[in-house]
Amino acid sequence: MSHETNALAQIHRQIMWNRLIAVVEEQAQIMIRTAFSTTVREAGDLSAGIFDLQGRMMAQAVTGTPGHVNSMAESVGHFLAKFPAATMKPGDHYITNDPWLGTGHLHDLTVVTPAFHDGAIVGLFANTAHVIDIGGLGMGPEGRSVFEEGMYIPIVKCFDEGRPNETFFDFMRAGSRLPVELEGDIYSLCACNDAGAKRLVEMMDEFEMTSLDPLAAFIFDSSRRATLAEIARLPSGTYQGEIYSDGYEEPVRLAASMDISDDAIEVDFAGTSGLSSRGINVPPAYCRAYSSFGIKCVVAPEIPNNWASLAPFRMKIPDGCILNAPRPYPVSVRHVIGHLLPDLMMSCLHQAVPERVTAEGASSLWNPPLRGGGSISGQARGNKPVVADFEIITFNSGGTGARPTRDGLNATAFPSGVRTMPVEATENVAPIVLWRKELKPDSGGAGRTRGGVGQIMEIATKGDLEFAVNASFDRIAHAPKGREGGLNGANGRVAQKSGTILRTKGFQVIPDGERLILELPGGAGMGDPAARDPVLVARDVRDGLVSAANARDLYKVAVTDRFAVDAAETARLRSGGRTPAPPV
Amino acid sequence: MKSARLAVDIGGTFTDLALEVGGTRTTAKVLTTPATPERGVMDGFRAIVAAAGVAPADIELIIHGTTLATNAVIERKGARTALITTEGFRDVIAMGNESRYDQYDLNIVLPEPLVPRYLRLTVPERLDNTGAVLRPLDEAAVRALIPLLRQEGVESIAVGLLHAFVNPAHERRIASILHEALPDVPVSLSSEVSPEMREWERFSTTVANAYVQPMMASYVRRLETELHAAGAVAPLFLMMSGGGLTTIETACRFPIRLVESGPAGGAIFSAHIARECGLENVLSFDMGGTTAKICLIDNFKPQTARTFEVARVGRFRKGSGLPLRIPVIEMVEIGAGGGSIAHVDSMGRIGVGPESAGADPGPACYGRGGRHPAVTDANLSLGRYDPGRFAGGSIKLDVGAAHDALLADVGAKLGLTAELAGLGVIEMVDENMANAARVHAIESGKTYEGRTLIAFGGGGPVHACRVAEKVGITRVLVPSGAGVGSAIGFLRAPVGYEVVRSLYQRFSSFDVSAVNDLLEDMRAEAEAAVAKGSFGAPTTETRTAYMRYVGQGHEIPVPLPNYVLGNEDIALIRARYDGEYARFFDRPVPGSDVEIMSYAVVVTTAVQDVRAPGREESLFATEAVPARTQLVRDTTTGAVSAWAIYDRTSLAPDATITGPAIVAEDETSTLIGPGWTATVNGLGYIEMVRV
Repeated sequence: MSHETNALAQIHRQIMWNRLIAVVEEQAQIMIRTAFSTTVREAGDLSAGIFDLQGRMMAQAVTGTPGHVNSMAESVGHFLAKFPAATMKPGDHYITNDPWLGTGHLHDLTVVTPAFHDGAIVGLFANTAHVIDIGGLGMGPEGRSVFEEGMYIPIVKCFDEGRPNETFFDFMRAGSRLPVELEGDIYSLCACNDAGAKRLVEMMDEFEMTSLDPLAAFIFDSSRRATLAEIARLPSGTYQGEIYSDGYEEPVRLAASMDISDDAIEVDFAGTSGLSSRGINVPPAYCRAYSSFGIKCVVAPEIPNNWASLAPFRMKIPDGCILNAPRPYPVSVRHVIGHLLPDLMMSCLHQAVPERVTAEGASSLWNPPLRGGGSISGQARGNKPVVADFEIITFNSGGTGARPTRDGLNATAFPSGVRTMPVEATENVAPIVLWRKELKPDSGGAGRTRGGVGQIMEIATKGDLEFAVNASFDRIAHAPKGREGGLNGANGRVAQKSGTILRTKGFQVIPDGERLILELPGGAGMGDPAARDPVLVARDVRDGLVSAANARDLYKVAVTDRFAVDAAETARLRSGGRTPAPPV
Repeated sequence: MKSARLAVDIGGTFTDLALEVGGTRTTAKVLTTPATPERGVMDGFRAIVAAAGVAPADIELIIHGTTLATNAVIERKGARTALITTEGFRDVIAMGNESRYDQYDLNIVLPEPLVPRYLRLTVPERLDNTGAVLRPLDEAAVRALIPLLRQEGVESIAVGLLHAFVNPAHERRIASILHEALPDVPVSLSSEVSPEMREWERFSTTVANAYVQPMMASYVRRLETELHAAGAVAPLFLMMSGGGLTTIETACRFPIRLVESGPAGGAIFSAHIARECGLENVLSFDMGGTTAKICLIDNFKPQTARTFEVARVGRFRKGSGLPLRIPVIEMVEIGAGGGSIAHVDSMGRIGVGPESAGADPGPACYGRGGRHPAVTDANLSLGRYDPGRFAGGSIKLDVGAAHDALLADVGAKLGLTAELAGLGVIEMVDENMANAARVHAIESGKTYEGRTLIAFGGGGPVHACRVAEKVGITRVLVPSGAGVGSAIGFLRAPVGYEVVRSLYQRFSSFDVSAVNDLLEDMRAEAEAAVAKGSFGAPTTETRTAYMRYVGQGHEIPVPLPNYVLGNEDIALIRARYDGEYARFFDRPVPGSDVEIMSYAVVVTTAVQDVRAPGREESLFATEAVPARTQLVRDTTTGAVSAWAIYDRTSLAPDATITGPAIVAEDETSTLIGPGWTATVNGLGYIEMVRV
């Protein structure tokens, strides 16, 4: 009978774990439905989770983006260090945007809320969201220290036992270009933690729980064992990889040495370039976040994120390298380099489990912060017409890397988990016109499986008046690299419509009569292009995604006028130009 | 002359019919004939008319719902369709929102657009967000596409231009150029099919409409002809996904509105039961072989929504289907049915579904070669079914095969016996359904307190009590006739039509007369659509504004008064918004302006009034007599005991049963959990209450 009792208890713990994941999912959904910033509600640049009283993440919403998730996992401990759990009261909400205590730049707000059951604090809800404006220079690489990049919020109470901290909100409203959105977003973050806490109490009542600790122990134990089992399946060894970013002043090398042992994966970033004087530096928590994400996608994608499932992935980040930026180095667009980390991890893992790894993709999100109005170059002084003041950011993606058995995804975000906004919605919130946003032919790297295709955007203001872009784009000088004989994806390009090439990083004015052209990179290919199924090549030619010339030159496939495979000519091309011998 | 009403519901496997005449209902089930669906319908028609003893001419109304449009999209069997769109935006329906529906799976597949890239054609033109012309339409470029459209054998054309929902002039001009050159090719305009902001959703809906249009129009016309040939003179109405009926003419223009009409019928069935029994707040729970569908019903009206995803490639994952922006009855579909297969994941957790054993081979206990344990196997292992009487005795269940499968795939991996593995599977599937129901309520701003769960479908009555317990519901109702619930639902549907239009305004500069003009226009359009089918029956109108704080992304519906608005109504509308917002999200945001994105006007005939049977305590309550007992394992405590088993056919009204017990019938079993009591009400429905 005691065996049966234990078995029942085991089943019930599983049910409770399942419920906890549903609770944090509700928390994230509430945030999306109530948030003001398009970055949260349209793009989904957020995360939500529940933590035990030691600050260990127990469960995290499936909805959300990896950079937030894994760095938020570290964040709660910092809140508890400043405000011990014993001092927290019902109705309290704590907030910060400290890049080193939160998720890596000032635009991300992290809110932590204690949850109470029967008068005792039992756990903490946390969430993170990217707001559109936090004052300062605005999102972009131009700051030379974090102090220029916006308002710096230390860990403070924004609600004290349910009462808003009006002094705090006064500062927020005064310091942002978009005070209504900022304040609304903070309310939304608090509301979604409240909703999580309410659900947690209902759950604890239903399952007659007095503490989360036994459940936490069960979750951590199961997750750790499962993760270690996956690691044990990998061939042990030390694997090296490197990748280059265009950088701001000069190219940046990211180097990794990955040591896979029986019970851990340890990555040493020795050999990585030093710090930049501009905002592309990466705080260490953000480096750990995207590195773990890249490893996890390959090694243990099915295991839910929590403290224990992330613990076996350890990072050694040398002091003074760009992945370990200390305060007060500028970090505003740390994603440009951070988004390359999964590709770097996969370069190492490719040596261990090639069949589970993709080719490199565009990876770094292309999210142009656009600004317009009289202040850009002072045109209003000269009585020239200017566009109404606006500040906007949109999220756009190039192609993802080819996969071992499937093509890469066209114009799709990876590793970031964000969504793009409808063009019609963008044009409703700012006086801009997107003249073009469509796939870019011949940009996917050729291979047995093809890299995802990138895209082209053409951006102007209404009336083609002056505006500015705070560029933070990558993969222009360093294209995504193919694997196993697959070719590189197309490089990115940033230019004015007339042809003038723009810098890939930094604040630049697009003058009257000009438009901004963004060509987003394609993903790289995997395997020999001449091994690709000719029918797929012909389909791509018909769809205009691959030119007939590239089909012939790269894939060695000849396509007829009616878009069928010319079998004889293809056989000739694929046999090195010789007419193949007739079959015996 | 008798006045009979006939409903026909074409599903994937069966075509269900229900005929009512003078308070008597006859039902029939025939096999669906996918290639020529009207053949199956006519087989059923002849059978049911004969069984009910009515002449075809005695039928005054025929109501039809079908999954044909949905299946055409899922199976990619629609028309060869082209899309004409704004230059520079060829790939809107392929790029979607540029995201992955699963963050960690490197191998996800995204849905293929219904129109391949080589048939996505662009023309120079551009409107801005106010509808002003930034670039005039290049008509020569439109004409230049015609040879290609001919050469490619295009059978249907969708036209989707940026901002066309504000100003449809360019789309209309393209349509008239196409009509001139290609008079036989139907054209769907985004400004008519789905005139709302967000180009991906609007174009996707328009393309789907064009894709199913030739097939649906031809089918509906053929059916009409055959019905007339068989002597039926009644008008044919079609069931829409939003829960209203419409005429053939509207259905042929906007066939995409017919998607998911079967499940809509199920929700209306529940709403009707709710009305019969006077239940104001209901959770409709329909659990079948592969999925469970839940729907919230308040004041006898199923909850509606304006977006829907069809043909999900990612196993019920949100974001993995094609978006449709049409009025729909809002339902959450979960991959949890009797055939859903259980497994153990790498963390030693029991998982259920979404893979399903389907009807063939079916669960292991069917003995048709199924090797993996399904939910039905787990129910059997707990003793909930009598292996000799399942599905009216038509399938003999193999208990040994169920045990073997449970032990092999679940028990052995977790050190559990087959019975405890079965318990774990049932608890997990019940938890999954309850979690989905809970998240759905959150998204809808509703709670389960005081709500009644109405259970139907093959699995609904078995799982109802435990799901109710998990979401905090204390009253469950199991109606009769649940086997053809959707068809019966059709008979209860009103003739109605919903018009949705976008008109962006901030509250601080609310233009009352522009809104009045728009609403009047919309009312006229909706009334015209309804008038074709209402035959002068009285109609009701509801108006809704979709509002949000300036800067937010998700609107909430706010009811508007039906009269011509005056300036004094602005404060009233704002107050209603504040009230609704607080109801959804607790915490209003001080000092923020509110914006209105769009309006909906619904015109509908009145729903048939049904006399509630009265819910007073019966003086004649009698303890029912069990037919036998069966050893059943309780999922909460794990204890095995002898449960009383009753035959539903032998239960008289007012019979009472104290749980734990099971009421068996041909199509399903109703499980009355420990702590629940049941009464058979005057309509023959089983009413369970948790004490």
